Amino acid sequence: MIRVEQLSKHFGSIKAVDGISFEVGDREKLILLGTSGCGKTTTLKMINRLIEPTSGNVFIDGKNIFDQSPEILRRGIGYVLQNNGLFPHYTVGENIAIVPQLLKWDGKRIEKRVAELMEKLHLSKDQLKAYPNELSGGEQQRVGLARALVADPPVLLMDEPFGALDNVTRSKIHAEFKALDELKRKTIIMVTHDVQEAFELGDRICLMDKGKIVQIGTPADLLFKPVNHFVQSFLKEQRLQLEFKAVRIKDIWGLLPHAKKTGDTGLNADITVWSGLENFKSQQADHLNITHENETRSVGFEQLITAFYKYQNGRAHE
Amino acid sequence: MNEHQQTLWEFMRQQSDKLLMQTLQHIGLTFISLIIAVVIGLPLGIWITRKKYFSGIVLGTAGVLQTIPSIALLGFMIPLLGIGIKPAIVALLLYALLPIIRNTYTGITGVDVAVKEAALAMGMNKWQILFKVELPLAMPVILAGIRTATVINVGVATLASYIAAGGLGEFIFGGISLNNTNMILAGAIPAALLAILFDFLLSRLQYFNFRKIKTATATLPLLLIILASFYFIPSAYGGKLKAGFTPEFMGRQDGNLGLESKYGLKVHPIVISDAVMYEAAYERQLDVISGYSTDGRLKAYDLIVLDDDKKIFPPYYAAPIVRQDALKRLPELENALNLLSGKITDSIMSDLNYRTDYLHQSPERVAEDFLKSHRLLKPLRNGSNGTVRIGSKIFGEQYILASMYTMLIKGYTDYDVTTKTGLGGTKICFDALNNNQIDLYPEYTGTGLLAILQPPSKAIDSLIADNNKTYNYVASEFGKKYGIKWLKPIGFNNAYALMMREKQAKQLNIKTISDLKRYLESNP
Repeated sequence: MIRVEQLSKHFGSIKAVDGISFEVGDREKLILLGTSGCGKTTTLKMINRLIEPTSGNVFIDGKNIFDQSPEILRRGIGYVLQNNGLFPHYTVGENIAIVPQLLKWDGKRIEKRVAELMEKLHLSKDQLKAYPNELSGGEQQRVGLARALVADPPVLLMDEPFGALDNVTRSKIHAEFKALDELKRKTIIMVTHDVQEAFELGDRICLMDKGKIVQIGTPADLLFKPVNHFVQSFLKEQRLQLEFKAVRIKDIWGLLPHAKKTGDTGLNADITVWSGLENFKSQQADHLNITHENETRSVGFEQLITAFYKYQNGRAHE
Repeated sequence: MNEHQQTLWEFMRQQSDKLLMQTLQHIGLTFISLIIAVVIGLPLGIWITRKKYFSGIVLGTAGVLQTIPSIALLGFMIPLLGIGIKPAIVALLLYALLPIIRNTYTGITGVDVAVKEAALAMGMNKWQILFKVELPLAMPVILAGIRTATVINVGVATLASYIAAGGLGEFIFGGISLNNTNMILAGAIPAALLAILFDFLLSRLQYFNFRKIKTATATLPLLLIILASFYFIPSAYGGKLKAGFTPEFMGRQDGNLGLESKYGLKVHPIVISDAVMYEAAYERQLDVISGYSTDGRLKAYDLIVLDDDKKIFPPYYAAPIVRQDALKRLPELENALNLLSGKITDSIMSDLNYRTDYLHQSPERVAEDFLKSHRLLKPLRNGSNGTVRIGSKIFGEQYILASMYTMLIKGYTDYDVTTKTGLGGTKICFDALNNNQIDLYPEYTGTGLLAILQPPSKAIDSLIADNNKTYNYVASEFGKKYGIKWLKPIGFNNAYALMMREKQAKQLNIKTISDLKRYLESNP
């Protein structure tokens, strides 16, 4: 668990981060969202002390990070950079092995762990001896992710990790990112300026502006209970798509028809409405089997949309 | 010397021992200084990337050092470090510093910020970041700096021979003072080839990819040290007495070549500039030096001349040489000039030279004092019956003689005098006389014979054994060939000579060059 208390960073008279506080639970994915210059990256970099704060404290699992040496602290926190920051003079294998080398693992263990991650991140064995400049942008970003994950740190900090990728590659990596079991056990703080990405990957979103937190909450909170006009207008352009992404099927379970289907279990109702809609397309089906708390229902496309709008209307009138 | 023009190839083959030795010394000098420059420059370059405040000062200072002319820098080094390898290396390393510091700085500050941030975020400490990230990534740029420094050093190292540090400059500057093109090329071509070779090899290193750069970084220091050690291979030679000769003396038949062939004397001399040789002998860095028998520093540094018992050094009796048309035009001139004839002996000349070269009295004052003491000085007549143009070469003795002649002519004749002193060397002075730009200058019989007339070597052998024969030969040949008259000799013989410290020579009982040879043979 990460607890940030009254954290500030001033550059001269400019207050890049102005006394912010928040908490991130175990295995939670918190997204720091905002425009350029809002202080989100500075906040992130203060958590592994790449930037030393002007004032305030950060606790990871109850321990004050300023009581540890920065090197030791950083070896226990995974870090992924926007421009991957891979060492151009190291092979892929050597790049991934940096932290284990620093932690003085033995060679066999390093080799095994690197091979394991390469496989999980869909990198071929042949690429082990390749240099970063011989890889595509997506592959480089996966190597960057592998490097951050290799020592299995409980906390992962990600600074616009997918910002340099094209849209197609990005959505592919998003899917992999969500599916990767290694990431499910991590507490993650990720910086992005991409609203879609924030809604897709975040458990909670912390929207920042001018060094302060404007609103922190689940994607649905931000969409349906914006605290002010700033939040509303920040999300306006992609509102519909965001809403599909912010609402999970289990949230509208009660609005779905009770057409029961016995037998097989179906999709987990934990998925968003957006990915439910995508499933109709990818499975070319009229109906989807969706399971929630041991109950499986067969749901049609129209039924899902209708239920979603009912839910939306209900929220709007709350 | 006219019978057969030696080719460059023949010269290089004949001198292959020396050529090899000089090349090794040259490589050694280049790389010793380069290693030290890297050892100083690399950490300094790294340091100023951490303390940006000092980068301007450090780079500025190194830049200023770079602009000091190399000869001047070597000159500054002599009072501080004496002669030989030490000042040469310091001077060379000062030149090598700038490219190394600058490129280290540029290379390290040029490392991608994201890569540095990643290294930091992985938990590397500052040393790990330096050695694992910054230095490897800056290496191509740093190597480019080392490459530049190497090429500069190969060039500047040619000047090391001025201060007895050896290298290919011995041939180059020996060749220039002897007007021997083969000798110049025998030094210049290998020096150029070394520069090209090292530049090429380092450029290979520079473009190694990352796969090989680790090996490259490891082998480079080893290679540098091996190359640097070349300097010390030749120094395994050498006898008990250390000899130092000027580049000119090294290459002359009436110099070291004659010592080897006629006396069988092999002293493995180091090559050193005339400017510092005497002092080096005085300070016991050298025991035997080549010099001129009337040099003022003989007296200043308590040196004595070894007797040339086998007569390999031709006589260099000084006498004014005058255009015959000038003698006709100015009839009183000859008598005035002859007033000095027979008046100045070796020891007197040496004393006069001592006063100008060492006590730094003006040549005019020295000339005036001498004439006064010999009752030759007469009040000036401020005549306007014609003008005598007097020339001189560019060293003290010639200035003194030119001043004396000026005073004698002005006191004893009704002629006016203009002087053109400081005419570079024999060739320039003689050309000025021959082309009627001056009327007279003091010349030496040996120079007239060997540098100007250059008769076949057989004729030389028979001539130089006898002073009068030499004088008569040059007098008649100059008259016939150039219409120039040799007046009566002044008296002293400013010949080449081997010299030792008086005290040491007495201790070892060495009076002649043959004594020296016997001593060296019995004390190997």
